[in-house]
Amino acid sequence: MNGSLTPPRQRTDVELETLNLNFGPQHPATHGTLHVEVELDGETIVHTLPHLGYLHTGFEKLGEHMHYNQFVTVTDRMNYLSPLSNNFGYVLAVEKLFEIRVPKRCEYIRVILAELSRIADHMIWLGTAAMDLGAFTVFLYAFKQRELLYSIFELTTGARLTVSYARVGGLAADIPDGFIEAVNTFLKQFPGAMDEVEDMLTRNRIWIDRTQGVGAISAEDAINYALTGPCLRACGVGWDIRKAEPYSSYEDFDFEIPTGENGDCYDRYLVRMAELAQSTRIIRQALDNLPEGDVNVDDYKVILPSKADTYGNIEGLIHHFKIIMDEHGLPAPVGEVYCSTESPNGELGFYIVSDGSGEAYRIRIRPPSFLHYQVLPLLIDGSMVSDIPAVLGSLNVIAGELDR
Amino acid sequence: MSETHLIDRVRELFPEAIIEVQRAHDELTLVVRKSALEAFMHFLFQDTELAFNYLVDVTAVDYQNLPEISEKFQARFMVVYHLYSHQNNVRVRIKTPLEEDEAVPSVATLWKAANWLEREVYDMFGIVFEGHPDLCRILMPDDYEGHPLRKDYPLRGRGERARFLFDTGNQEG
Repeated sequence: MNGSLTPPRQRTDVELETLNLNFGPQHPATHGTLHVEVELDGETIVHTLPHLGYLHTGFEKLGEHMHYNQFVTVTDRMNYLSPLSNNFGYVLAVEKLFEIRVPKRCEYIRVILAELSRIADHMIWLGTAAMDLGAFTVFLYAFKQRELLYSIFELTTGARLTVSYARVGGLAADIPDGFIEAVNTFLKQFPGAMDEVEDMLTRNRIWIDRTQGVGAISAEDAINYALTGPCLRACGVGWDIRKAEPYSSYEDFDFEIPTGENGDCYDRYLVRMAELAQSTRIIRQALDNLPEGDVNVDDYKVILPSKADTYGNIEGLIHHFKIIMDEHGLPAPVGEVYCSTESPNGELGFYIVSDGSGEAYRIRIRPPSFLHYQVLPLLIDGSMVSDIPAVLGSLNVIAGELDR
Repeated sequence: MSETHLIDRVRELFPEAIIEVQRAHDELTLVVRKSALEAFMHFLFQDTELAFNYLVDVTAVDYQNLPEISEKFQARFMVVYHLYSHQNNVRVRIKTPLEEDEAVPSVATLWKAANWLEREVYDMFGIVFEGHPDLCRILMPDDYEGHPLRKDYPLRGRGERARFLFDTGNQEG
């Protein structure tokens, strides 16, 4: 054999066409009903067109026909990986409208549960994102942690997924016996398990090749496209609502905001992993300083009276009737509020317009996933088709929250 | 930068544009005339002192069932923008009254995030954004009729569910 290579034959008699590929809505790597139409030239993505609405459920319309406390159940179903965060974000907005502040104990319990659900959310993201790139072992490690967390949620709220634990002015119930021990037991083994995951991924050649430099976005673009949460912090913008506009006693806790540099999939991974450690720090502080006392505000205008009062005296019965019955509900003041919290994915905002009746006149949910999904074409246009699962996984788009 | 300073500056530059300044629940709301909205938003975005670099949300409210507001502003809808400045840690809400057949200028050229947010408002309320790069439905199907978040749209729809093709497809085929 001689060394010369014949150049590849160029067909000039055919017109080369691009290929349209439908990624989803039922594709295992979308983890939900996401539908991305990609135009491919060979394996390179020329153009991306996301289609939305497969999980559109009309939550905002429903909110106009439900009492304030009834809508808590709907917020469970938005980001179903961290329903407790949604619950608390929503009731905070309603409490802002009512101008009530819940007792310190309630705020601390909300912080503990919100941070636990941040860990649970990040665990599902970690497991699925790693599995999509072939790291199946990580999936099992992450889902074991999630299982332990969901047992804690079940112990606390009675449900694993549709928790509906928050109420306007407090909680459905105080934390049960054994809650603190259960959380402590979880925290004892959690950092070790995460160290093992980091050993498997952070310096793993395949993981780095699949994520580093993939789906990168600059800080200016990220802000202009309204990215929030880990996706924004991976670009080096250290903005976190828990620090910038503390709510629910977050100012009491000592924690840091991890940031990345390059804004690519790898940095989003690093930021989320670093956030896990900060969340455990917050939970430890909150457990150590958990105040005693009531969890609900002392006001039967917004909180259901105790069973003894409902059955024992006429005032309790009337208050119970006023809160529960149709055409009554909580007496909301006329006005409008916007209140946002740092959900695991980013800024989760609720804009509520009240006309003074027991139901909101308009509820707008500002979901982080909706805006994160919008940058998908920017992140993957020009890269390879195999980068789609990596980028989708790193954005952690939740269809329930995206389509509402 | 304080809220008072913000109000003073925009009042000075846009004396005609601001219909009302509301402060409630620690939040600042500016009701801005539609004709001045484009220049006003451009100023908030460009100004280095105010630096509203982050468009949090675009939405709308149908005030058809609240005559005290719709009559006061002579408008059925309010388009609502939430802005935030990373530099100053300040939030502001901009509202623009709008009649049913009027269009608002799009802000998608300033904040790219507005692209999908404005499409959602168009989808849900039928409000047209002038100068939007690609104004089409986003959550509802392309052939859908009506705008679900309008107050005159019934909660259970107008029978669209019964007309879904897959309900009757088997019998016909």
